[in-house]
Amino acid sequence: MSTEINQYTVSIYTENNIGLLNRISAIFQRRHMNIESLNTSPSEIEGVSRFTIVVNITEHQMKKIQGQIEKQVEVIKAYYHTEEEIIYQESCVFKMKSNLLFDERQIQNIIKESNARIVTVNREFFVIEKSGRKEEIDLLHRELTVFGIMQFTRSGRIAVTKEEMKISTMLKALQH
Amino acid sequence: MKETQTIQNQTNHIPNTERISGSEAIIKCLLAEGVDIIYGYPGGAIMPVYDELYKYQDQIHHVLTRHEQGATHSAQGYARISGKVGVCMATSGPGATNLITGIADAQIDSTPMVCITGQVGSHLLGSDAFQETDIVGISTPVTKWNHQITKASEIPEVLAKAFYIAKSGRPGPVLIDITKDAQFEEFDFKYEKCKGVRSYKPVPDTDENSLIAAAELINNAQKPLIVWGQGVILGKAETEFKAVIEKAGIPSAWTILGASAIPTSHPLNVGMVGMHGNYGPNVLTNDCDVLIAIGMRFDDRVTGNLETYAKQAKVIHFDIDPAEIDKNVKTDVAVLGDAKASLKALLPLLNTNSHTDWHQKFKDLYAIEYEKVIKGDLHPTKEGLTMGEVLKEINIQTKGEAAIVSDVGQHQMIACRYAEFNHSKSNITSGGLGTMGFALPAAIGAKMAAPEREVVAIIGDGGYQMTIQELGTIFQQKVPVKIVVLNNEFLGMVRQWQQLFFDKRYASTEMVNPDFVAIAKGYFIDAKKVTTRTDLKDAVKEMIASDGPYFLEVRVEKEGNVFPMIPTGASVSDIRLE
Repeated sequence: MSTEINQYTVSIYTENNIGLLNRISAIFQRRHMNIESLNTSPSEIEGVSRFTIVVNITEHQMKKIQGQIEKQVEVIKAYYHTEEEIIYQESCVFKMKSNLLFDERQIQNIIKESNARIVTVNREFFVIEKSGRKEEIDLLHRELTVFGIMQFTRSGRIAVTKEEMKISTMLKALQH
Repeated sequence: MKETQTIQNQTNHIPNTERISGSEAIIKCLLAEGVDIIYGYPGGAIMPVYDELYKYQDQIHHVLTRHEQGATHSAQGYARISGKVGVCMATSGPGATNLITGIADAQIDSTPMVCITGQVGSHLLGSDAFQETDIVGISTPVTKWNHQITKASEIPEVLAKAFYIAKSGRPGPVLIDITKDAQFEEFDFKYEKCKGVRSYKPVPDTDENSLIAAAELINNAQKPLIVWGQGVILGKAETEFKAVIEKAGIPSAWTILGASAIPTSHPLNVGMVGMHGNYGPNVLTNDCDVLIAIGMRFDDRVTGNLETYAKQAKVIHFDIDPAEIDKNVKTDVAVLGDAKASLKALLPLLNTNSHTDWHQKFKDLYAIEYEKVIKGDLHPTKEGLTMGEVLKEINIQTKGEAAIVSDVGQHQMIACRYAEFNHSKSNITSGGLGTMGFALPAAIGAKMAAPEREVVAIIGDGGYQMTIQELGTIFQQKVPVKIVVLNNEFLGMVRQWQQLFFDKRYASTEMVNPDFVAIAKGYFIDAKKVTTRTDLKDAVKEMIASDGPYFLEVRVEKEGNVFPMIPTGASVSDIRLE
């Protein structure tokens, strides 16, 4: 049994019910596993929510966790994928002082080269937004830190798989 | 025209409904689900429901336990002996939190149970109101499903779903929390039983190929061993199971929750596996060539050290819960699905066999266990009563017809090892959680669910005092349970471990006990104490012959140990006989 720890992105299709987040996070907590990132949103199916959770565990642990998640009454289906099997994005926003835009000209270059964009500018501050892979956001964060960041936040990972998800066909079958 | 229609809808009821309060709706839902007994304890936030229970008392019997934990264990005992859903009820706050131990017990032992808790009014949620607690949050990790109702109109659908989820698939406890305003609110009631939940598949599909692969392994096995668990009982698969083992001639051992699925006396029943199980099936687990697990979950108390568990064997695992496959033991063939259907489908694929030589190995090892352990337990010659001889006497007097409800500890292991069962659903004990205090209230529920059965509770002096107040329930409800306390004035199992692994440092395990007979008599329950071997037989006879509840205290040897034993971390085949 491999003890190698990998990063897995877990996609969970669920009913949209109060308390389910608690139920799912408890599965990780009980096994002393840290959740690296978590996102919940609507999915491609109306009325069905999608959780995207990133964890660093062994594949053996991952398989067991998948079983425990799918066992929950309000979970429709759970999948896990390695980084190669998905297209993913994270998003971040930086709030910075407006005078930097004029005093520190290289900031504009950094924004341009990192494919970030300025969302808003006013007298006091401006806001930069960037979506991308984790490393790209890390890099941008490092580059901007030297100028002083007023506020910074980044989202959980959101991901779609390269292969087709069978969930839609399965749900259709369930409804008839 | 359209406007008139709207007005009519507001004043008239929706067809086929009746306008009632949320509380009355709860009772009507319970009646529609066939509930005849509820165990519970009233309080502020559940009072509207109790007010309705008062009106419906001729149709639904509410049993006032003396603690909410007692209500859960009674509901569990009810469920375990009947196969029906046990129901309990409590108020918000401490009433609800007192349910948690029983809910956790039901979750790990797959017992169908619906718990209804009252909650403060919805406008007070989150305000730290009097007796407010987040019981949905607290109970989430120990329930199969839970839900909070804040509007009366949700009641029928949610309760129907609660019963459906509790009893379908792998059963488990469900908690429904209902705010007080939802209990008072009136609405148009209509009940429909739940037929399915979109996101929930209670029974996975059985792959026919897995059955064929399983049959091939079994047919080619020279030394097959079956270990069955409660799944056979929960799946009502006793007949199919018996047919399979008889046709294939496979020695079959049980986990404690699987006990009684086939009679103790069945020739293919080779005893119990696990930490204090029988010598033969434990040792031969590491000798068999095919291990067939049916409705069991390879608990650590069953497997001992997993690194050395049945490594030589091909493993076949029948289970209804896909999450159990490969959880602890890697399987070669997994047969998902309902035990009854799977075993029925397996039967025609099996060859008739007898495995005579292989059976002889079990008999040989039993002979060793008999000499080293069983003889001394059941036919002691030394001074001091053994727990085993009490069980033997109960077997004789009940002729194996009784349901045995045991608590947790040494007496539990002795009860499971030596109790003789003729009927399924007769071994009621707290297996996975190991909840001391389980037996007395569970025996109440079992006896009320099956009044025609003899129900004998076997309890240690420690566990007895955890829920001893339920003697009040037995007295008030006149429940004719037989209570046997095996008193060694110790928390015996912990003391045994202290003796074996902590150099006899008996830290907080010695108990100074009250006069148990006087306490029972205080509740007007017939009671007797036995301290000598010569008095045992007559005392047990008198207890079984008694029409009402009866309490029997037996003073057993203080420092008796339960053997065989697989020490923690050891292999099943390194089981110790002394």
